[in-house]
Parts: sequence; structure tokens; C-alpha cells
Amino acid sequence: MQVELIYNRALHISRDICIGCSHCIKVCPTEALRVSGGKAGIHADWCIDCGECYRVCPTRAIRVMDDDFKDIFKFKHRVLLVPSIFFAQFEDAVSRKTIYDIIGELGFTEVCAVEQSIDTLIDEINHYVKRAQEPVISSFCPAVVRLIQVRFPSLIDNIMKLLPPIEITAQYYKKRFERDSIDERDYGIFYLTPCIGKIAAVKSPVGGYTSPINGVINMDFFFNKVYLAYKQKVPITTSIRVNSAISSKGVLYPTTGGESKHVEGNTLAIDGMNNVIDFLEKLENEEIKNVDFLEIRACDESCAGGILCYRNRFLAAQTLREFAAQMPDKHHLIHDYKYTCSAIVHMDKIEPRSMVKYDRNIDIAIEKMENARRLKKLLPGIDCGACGAPSCEALAEDIVRGQAKVNDCIFLRTILEKRGEISIEEAIEIMESIWGAERFNN
Amino acid sequence: MYFEYKVVGGDFTIAGVASSQVKKTLKQLGIDSSIIKRVVVALYEAEVNVVAHAYEGVIYVDIKGDGIKLKVEDKGPGIPDVSLAMTKGFSTASSSVREMGFGAGMGLPNISDNADSFRIETVVDKGTTLHIEIKFH
Repeated sequence: MQVELIYNRALHISRDICIGCSHCIKVCPTEALRVSGGKAGIHADWCIDCGECYRVCPTRAIRVMDDDFKDIFKFKHRVLLVPSIFFAQFEDAVSRKTIYDIIGELGFTEVCAVEQSIDTLIDEINHYVKRAQEPVISSFCPAVVRLIQVRFPSLIDNIMKLLPPIEITAQYYKKRFERDSIDERDYGIFYLTPCIGKIAAVKSPVGGYTSPINGVINMDFFFNKVYLAYKQKVPITTSIRVNSAISSKGVLYPTTGGESKHVEGNTLAIDGMNNVIDFLEKLENEEIKNVDFLEIRACDESCAGGILCYRNRFLAAQTLREFAAQMPDKHHLIHDYKYTCSAIVHMDKIEPRSMVKYDRNIDIAIEKMENARRLKKLLPGIDCGACGAPSCEALAEDIVRGQAKVNDCIFLRTILEKRGEISIEEAIEIMESIWGAERFNN
Repeated sequence: MYFEYKVVGGDFTIAGVASSQVKKTLKQLGIDSSIIKRVVVALYEAEVNVVAHAYEGVIYVDIKGDGIKLKVEDKGPGIPDVSLAMTKGFSTASSSVREMGFGAGMGLPNISDNADSFRIETVVDKGTTLHIEIKFH
């Protein structure tokens, strides 16, 4: 299958680890994966970096394109922006102080709460929602923004053109370093991410924006590093500057409902990829009316269910609720954020990412589509995936695009064998071309 | 390219299936999203009309390079006064239909607003056929 690399994506499949089990092709919300030659391949143009494939991969063949941890040492000042969900990965016995100390020992000079910008952002959202096209869809979840770009382009203008909290906090730091006359080459801003989508969002942002973030660190990887240091009681020899200012709103923002409940008007919070797709279909049909603001998150339990989170999502969300209950409504940097960031929170128009299925010429597209419909009637309709495509419909589309053959279907192949139109050897050859020759050796 | 969808009177749970399918098809053909939106809104209104007022109906869809033609044919009470039915806010929907959030009297005017060409044929006590055309360019 032809794989084009159009934009910087956050997922990569290691061919030497992939066993071609096909679990991933079934869960992809844009049907961007196929198995060929015994390995899974991603159609880069269609991938939205949601990470559903990563979640189900039994061999960890799907790698996250995070940055090399050693990169942090290129800078004199090394700031790690930590999402509140990171602390909720640890058992209650591990104090925040301990976690901060270990982060310092691992090499960072300063640590800051990602959600420090939330209070400022909430004011901006309420201001924005009053003037924007209804309903406003939050720009918080990068997988949702990308899903809309690819599958629901008519809803693009509903996406809130305000930066997500991580970018506002990063901008604040950039401005702070500038204010302190620290050279750009001397400070590095790093983001600890609970999901793959946010890696893609930092590397290839939408809405005509360039991120000041120098690197993204995988939370799954970093959790192991911190937890190991905790278990091994690594001695603390360095000191780290801790900027832990955060309000209760900020702590709960990445949980389901944490955003929508602060927005005035009729609001709804939706989480989980299947729920999101179902809802966006209805929204696109204009079946949903009288909603002012939609918080939409790709993961079940929002960021507590993030792809790179280790702990059970319900326990993590509960830990955040307990922590938020001890936090004040406001924090002392709110005014500083408002002063520093009001001018930069807006982003430009987001462009759709067209998912051309057949052809740009409408007449050719209709002809190909009719062929695909006819083919689909011939196929068994059980979506077994033995052809390497996620469904009979997807195979039919691949065939008319010239990326697969009719006899890739195991059912049609058996019929052809019975009729004597292909030999058993040919049939096995086809099987091997899809699933790899080694698979049939034992 | 032709499609046909059956619509059953009174079954709101499946109202919208035809418009969703047509939407999917038009997206795959790469039709401009603003045009898809008009098609989907018009067809969905027509679908709900059949469910709310008629006994049964069939939706015929014909997609060509220059546009889409929809024919929504139902067996039902027909429309005694078409110009009244075309008035925004006028509705004969029963209270049970209104309770489900339908029947605001915007159906036919909304279809007309979204169509490039719209025609109603109706016979009282027999049924109604809507002809809707939307151009792609």
C-alpha cells in the first residue's frame, strides 16, 4: 500500500516488532491502517494521532515519536511543564515534594503546572463563546480537532480558535524568559504529555501557529523513570524551582466536565472516541440544537484515560478530584497570565484535511465509487480482516484505488480455487503477500 | 449513482439513516462541505416529515457529477394546503411528535431554503412526493 508522509505525525510502526496481528486496523476511527507483507502500515494522510492503535497493540510495535530525553541538556534552563494527571499516576504515599525532587534530580531546573493558564483561558472562552458561531467546540483535545479536520470538515468553523492550555503556559514561560533577558538558546521548554495527539499538536500545530515548546516527553516513559528513582530511593543532590501555582479549576480541567462546567450557557461534555464520532455525526446533520459549548475529548474519562497514562483512569480521575478539593479557587499568577497572554491566545482559521477516497474529479470519483459498491456486494460482508483491510467496504475501496486485489478476499479466493481459476499455490502466495511468509512456516 | 432508502412512519429512532448515508457518500466523493450540509439538512427534514406524518415512504437518491436529485415519496395524508405548509412556524404535528423535539413547523420551508430546486406533488389521503435538487457547483 502506498504510504505518503504529508505531515509530521506522532506514531510510527516498527516493522521488526509488528507481528501483523491486525488488532490495530479494526480500531482506527479513520480506517487508516492496513496489513500487508505481514506488517501494519499507516496511511499518514488519514491518521489523526488519536493513538487507539497504540492502545491495542499487543507487542508495542507502535512507537511514539517523542523527543530524546537527553535533548534537555542542550539548555541551561530546563523547564518541564507537568500536567496534573501526571501526579495522579502515583499511589497516594508518593508526595508531590518527592516527585518534584526526583524531576530535579533527573535534570530539570524548573517545573510548572500545565494547567496554570486555565483560569485565564476560561475567561477568554466565555468571552469567545458569546460572539462565535454556535455551538463552539473546544480546541483542547488535539485528536478531536484532527478528527474534525479529516472526518467532519463542515464543523471546522465551530472549533474554538483559542490555543489549548499547554500552549498558553508555554507562551507564558517564553515571555517570562524574555522579560528576564535570558537568551533564547539558553532555555528549553519541555512538555510531559499524557497522549500522542498532543505530540502531533506541538510538532504540527493547527491554526497558523508555531509552538515555543522545544521538546515533548512521553509520560509513560517518564513515569517509569521517576517511579524507579522513587523505588530505588535515589539520593537528591540538586534543587529544583517549583512553580506549582494552580487552582482547583486547573486541576480538574483535563477530567471530563472540567472544562464545560465553567462555560456559561448550555454546555455538554462528551468523552470516548465512539461517543465522539456518534455525537459529531448528529451535530453535522444539525440534529443537535441549542448548545452553546461542547467539551469533546477522544479518550474515555478524558486525559485520565490518556494513551500514555499508566494508572486506571477512574482511580486517576478520583485522585484529581480529591486533590482539587484541597486547592483554592484562584492562584497568585492569574493576573500575570492575563497581562502576559491575552494577546496571544487566539489562533487563525483551521484548515480541513481532505480524505480523498477516490478521485478529485467528481465524474471519475462517482464511477469508482459505483465500482466499489458493486464489489462490496460480491464481498461476504463479515469484515473478517483476512484481506488486511478493516472491513469489506474498505477492501472494495482499496481495490478500485488499485491498492488491493479482488482475490485478496479469502472467500472469493476459495470460490476461485473451487472453479479452478487459481491454483492452491497461487492462493497461498496471496495469503503470504498479505500476512507474511514466515507466519506460515510452523 | 442511485440509492434507495425505505422510511417507516412513526419510527423516529431510525429517522436520519438515509441522510447519514448520503452524507457519507458525498464526503467520499469530496463534495464541498457547505453543499453537503444543505443536502443533509434538506434530506433529514424530509425524512422526519415522512416519519412524523406518513405511513411509509421511499427516498430515491440520484448523484451525478453536477448535483444531487432527491425524490421523497410517501403514502400518507397528503398536504391540504401547500402554501400554508410552506409558512414558517405552521405545523400539524401531534403533541407526541412535538414532545420529541420535532414538529416546529420549519420542515418544508427549511427544505426549500436549502434546495436549488424544490417541488411538491401532493394528493390528500394518498400521499406526498417531494422533488429536491441541489447543484454541486
